[in-house]
Amino acid sequence: MSIKVENLTHIYSKDTPFQHVALDNVSFTIEDGEFIGLIGHTGSGKSTLIQHLNGLLKPTSGHIYIDDLDINSKEVTLKLIRQKVGLVFQYPEHQLFEETVYKDVAFGPVNLKLSEEEIQKRVRSSIELVGLKYEEVKDKSPFDLSGGQKRRVAIAGVLAMKPKVLILDEPTAGLDPKGRDEILNQIKLLHEKEKLTIILVSHSMEDIAKLVDKIIVMNKGRIQFYDTPKKIFKEAETLERIGLGVPQVTYLIRELRKKGFPIEDCISVEEAKKAIIEVLRGKKDA
Amino acid sequence: MIKAENVTYKYTNQEGKDIFALKGINIEIKEGEFVAILGHNGSGKSTFAKHLNALLLPYDGTIYINGMDTKDEKNLWNIRQNAGMVFQNPDNQIVATIVEEDVAFGPENLGVKPEEIRKRVDEALLTVGMFEYRKHSPHLLSGGQKQRVAIAGILAMKPRCIILDEPTAMLDPSGRKEVIETIKKLNKEEKITIVLITHYMDEAVNADRIYVMEEGHVVMEGTPKEVFSKVDEIKALGLDVPQVTELAHLLADEGINIPNDILTVDEMVVELCRLK
Repeated sequence: MSIKVENLTHIYSKDTPFQHVALDNVSFTIEDGEFIGLIGHTGSGKSTLIQHLNGLLKPTSGHIYIDDLDINSKEVTLKLIRQKVGLVFQYPEHQLFEETVYKDVAFGPVNLKLSEEEIQKRVRSSIELVGLKYEEVKDKSPFDLSGGQKRRVAIAGVLAMKPKVLILDEPTAGLDPKGRDEILNQIKLLHEKEKLTIILVSHSMEDIAKLVDKIIVMNKGRIQFYDTPKKIFKEAETLERIGLGVPQVTYLIRELRKKGFPIEDCISVEEAKKAIIEVLRGKKDA
Repeated sequence: MIKAENVTYKYTNQEGKDIFALKGINIEIKEGEFVAILGHNGSGKSTFAKHLNALLLPYDGTIYINGMDTKDEKNLWNIRQNAGMVFQNPDNQIVATIVEEDVAFGPENLGVKPEEIRKRVDEALLTVGMFEYRKHSPHLLSGGQKQRVAIAGILAMKPRCIILDEPTAMLDPSGRKEVIETIKKLNKEEKITIVLITHYMDEAVNADRIYVMEEGHVVMEGTPKEVFSKVDEIKALGLDVPQVTELAHLLADEGINIPNDILTVDEMVVELCRLK
């Protein structure tokens, strides 16, 4: 499912003394099945942007097309958009509220007035998609689960709506490294197996570098860059100036190059290992 | 400064089962030290942290803060003033509508004289670099700025020790940098003892010593170099090492002659230049 954003501007409290331009004439296209990383410092407009993509906010001006459908046109209902675009907020486990995991995940499908059979099918497959065992967790209270498990139940609740686009706002915030890797691996699987289009908002340049096809960099309500991780992380100085950074290995490789190492930019530890060995071995052979 | 002797903490879960969150913890932190505590979620780190200013009391064993037993109720205010806590979410810690009033909240409650409060608030805000925002409304600040205001609020109580429980988990990279620089400065310049609980290994690298917790036990202890050089052990505990440490480990596996306790980009550059 493709997303096209055209000249999107959003102004909070327009025509008041508190007027604030959160998005300033933003345009971009995301192709069906792409995995996009969205980065930017606090207040750069990321959250405002993603809230437009499933109709939570309406543009002050501009258009958003989901599969060529203008989501703010009169004939399009929000119900339809929310089934296409699933949004997982920060700390989604705070939104769990039902007595059992089953009921919580079923909440969306029940509201769609689906058949009992279809609801059960969706709940089961969504719980399994996030890597939990259906029989084990379905009757548990969501509040008895660990932090990482709670978060996965919350994501399952969004998946039960069968979205084609999944947007996640810092899904790993506050998780330990293991919980973080589990969630990120599940997201990767959703992208690869279910062919979902994914937009991942993250402050971790390391995670972004590992996962995504392309990165959108937001700054002051505009798009600063939109390109592959390799190209984006070449812009270390600009990224730092706008409150971001590059992965630690990328810094390392840049420093090595300053010291005369003939070495290309790297964004992952594996890449850096290969490149450094090449340089060191090449030297030995000579 | 802080001494935990055989500390055990027990609570009863919803099914009526006893759960031991801490199982005989022995930790000693000296005045002026910067200590990081690592461990995955549920390892007992936060439970331990809450013992350090008597938010929780040991089921068994004893915690001494500056020689004061946390179980002794008459020490409570003295302990809370000596050991201040900063939590993960800045929005849950700010109580006033103006930055300087928020910072004044602690000393006001301690019954400090108004002129002295004025002085402490200004000093605290200067120390964390938020003086120019003293008349601002806290909710309009960035996450990193809010956390620095929260730290200033603690500083105004003149504590000897600050315990920070994942203070950067909700911040963007520049916010994280601001907060970590502030913490380092408090330790180096103000000689305040720091206990930092974090999931970010690059933050733990700044500490003098690291404790690693797992299932209510302390399973590793040492300098950052000692702890992170055990890459496989750390990973088995569900934790990370800094990217350059991992890279050094991988290069060593390939037969490159490189030390396994590299923690920073600068160290790595020096080592690799030596090999080139």
